[in-house]
Amino acid sequence: MDAIALIAPRAGRGLHRFANPGRFLRLAGAVQPWLTGSAIIVTAIGLYWALFISPADWQQGDAVRIMYVHVPAAWLASMGYAGLALCSLASIIWRHPLADLAAAEIGPVGAGFTALCLATGSLWGKPMWGAWWVWDARLTSVLVLFFLYLGHIALVRAFDEPQRGYRAGSILALVGVVNLPIIKFSVDWWNTLHQPATITLMGAPTMALTMLWPLLVCAIGFTLVFAALVVARTRAAVMERRIRALLMARSEASA
Amino acid sequence: MTHLGFIALSYALALIVPLGFGLGAARRLSLARRRLAAIDPRAAQ
Repeated sequence: MDAIALIAPRAGRGLHRFANPGRFLRLAGAVQPWLTGSAIIVTAIGLYWALFISPADWQQGDAVRIMYVHVPAAWLASMGYAGLALCSLASIIWRHPLADLAAAEIGPVGAGFTALCLATGSLWGKPMWGAWWVWDARLTSVLVLFFLYLGHIALVRAFDEPQRGYRAGSILALVGVVNLPIIKFSVDWWNTLHQPATITLMGAPTMALTMLWPLLVCAIGFTLVFAALVVARTRAAVMERRIRALLMARSEASA
Repeated sequence: MTHLGFIALSYALALIVPLGFGLGAARRLSLARRRLAAIDPRAAQ
């Protein structure tokens, strides 16, 4: 408890320095072109490698190429939600206005990548399993994640007073974190049609290197795309908030 | 190439989703920048 009491204010001060909207706009404005450029280049290389250079699977044939967009989308669906939860935590503990805006902007992008994961999974499942959808634990928990994103999007925009929306959204985001380990371990805890993890942090990957490398390049590219989108949307949100504040100050001064 | 339709649709979605978000963000950003410059040129810098 004492350690938390000591660390939390320090971490808060450090975050406050970067959470200053003006400083964020300057920093993000400088980073954005590089982030966007590298996202486009790395993703293009990854997708070309995945489509035209990587080999077909001996069992799945060319359908295995769907993996190169499905797996990065699935990773980002979960990592995006973890980012959303971290912003929500920062919002609840330190009341960072930038954390509120970032959380509100991560939501739609995360929902988009989760929808992409579900759609490409379905397109992979039909030729491999013979079904577009099965109610197995992995698919169902990712569908729940998609609904959590939609709930967050709706909640932060549901109140006339934005702070109330951000507060309610933060609580929902933090409660929903319980779904992340369920998604991760669903293939181990339950007997699922979905295959278990091929790549783990501790163990060696059970995948040929000719497939692993393009998958990692696609994952890095998609992560850069996700980050570039969130930074661009958050910059726009900071500017829009500044416009509202200026207009309000102007109308109060003229009243 | 086997399962070409499924693969093409997957890759098309993988391009359309980020592209849609990217174009939306760029439009929003440019609109916000122009409005901010019109209201307060110093704040837009």
